[in-house]
Amino acid sequence: MWRVGTVAALHDETATARTITLEVPDWPGHIAGQHVDVRVTASDGYSAVRSYSIASAPNPEKHVELTIERLPDGEVSPYLTQEVATSDRLELRGPIGGWFVWRPQQSEPIQLIAGGSGIVPLMAMIRARVSAGSSAPFRLLYSVREPGAVFYRDELQSLSDQDRSLILTYAYTRAAPEGWARPPGRIDAALVANTTWPSKLVPTCYVCGPTPFVESAAGFLSACGNSPEKIKTERFGPTGGKK
Amino acid sequence: MAITSRGFTGRRSAADVKLPPGQYLTTDFPVLSAGPTPHVPLDQWEFTIDDGSNVLRRWNWKSFRELPTENVTVDLHCVTRWSKLGTHWEGVSLDTLFANVLTDAEYALAHSYGDYSTNLPLTDLLDKQAWIAFRFDDDDLAPEHGGPARLLVPHLYLWKSAKWVRGITLMHDDKPGFWEMLGYHNYGDPWREQRYWGD
Repeated sequence: MWRVGTVAALHDETATARTITLEVPDWPGHIAGQHVDVRVTASDGYSAVRSYSIASAPNPEKHVELTIERLPDGEVSPYLTQEVATSDRLELRGPIGGWFVWRPQQSEPIQLIAGGSGIVPLMAMIRARVSAGSSAPFRLLYSVREPGAVFYRDELQSLSDQDRSLILTYAYTRAAPEGWARPPGRIDAALVANTTWPSKLVPTCYVCGPTPFVESAAGFLSACGNSPEKIKTERFGPTGGKK
Repeated sequence: MAITSRGFTGRRSAADVKLPPGQYLTTDFPVLSAGPTPHVPLDQWEFTIDDGSNVLRRWNWKSFRELPTENVTVDLHCVTRWSKLGTHWEGVSLDTLFANVLTDAEYALAHSYGDYSTNLPLTDLLDKQAWIAFRFDDDDLAPEHGGPARLLVPHLYLWKSAKWVRGITLMHDDKPGFWEMLGYHNYGDPWREQRYWGD
């Protein structure tokens, strides 16, 4: 069933990513980590559908926030990040997905690892933790290209300043802020070992990002002693490999 | 009736490419998995067919690779909406694996290293419709794509083609697998756009 959402607000997270806030009167609610299908339709009836993670926590206002990264060769993301204006209507289907989700009843330590725009469903979990008043200990390891590519920076900083059981670690792959201790580079086994919950605490781990990132991050978590059934992954994009 | 999106023009596929509804064409081979990629050493790999209580057939890698193989070219359709056409695989037909299996079971649950599972009617595995594939485009199948061997059932959405497959359990009563319990369609025919519960 396709629902209609009206664009209530637009906010640029970075030079290439925009958050769209949709008002969806018949939204049935969602669980942090779920996604929606968005359908856009041209005047001749041609339509295209893409999946986007929900960035917002469940909320009584029936608002659904999507943060969309513009792909240079994309068919739909340039439209959603550059053309769509407030009060436009978009069709969406969902919420979808019952595996890569965090529920407020979960009290165990949570390890989040994001690569680039993979932060979006993990941000929904962080926001859901706040809005539910959960005290589950959360850690986020957030790998981004450069400081300007960080989504939700101020909100993350303020949440973690107020709450010592939300611990943030940034890792920069191309350019780090001046004076940053770790030289720019991909996440590695030592970084994951040093900045994630010890496996003896039996955290549930959520890893989201491009496929090669998720492959390596999930591998490092396993190498630290986390068992595979405690590592939930969500991958997007091409493999980056030869096929 | 879809509402028109002001200012959206979109890109159409070439007219001679026929895709299932709601799919778009890709030349990449995206990966979708719920957890870490299992790495299964060939000397520990096995594939079994069982009826829920007894193992009916069992192969190790060596005996599996002594079976006759087939080269197939098939189209792939993922529920996340990408389709990839004309992919080349080498594998063992399920008709070969089931050749001497006598059963009146109607359903099958494919299960994998890493504890993934997916269910489908047994008839969808037989009659030249499904393979245990171990080569893709003339290379050994990469672990991220399900190697050493995966189920290949190209007429259904790709989540039915269980990666890292280790066996098939025959069942008299249907039982949902991993994604089928989590909101995805029980059968998953891309041409009827059976993506989610209720489709």
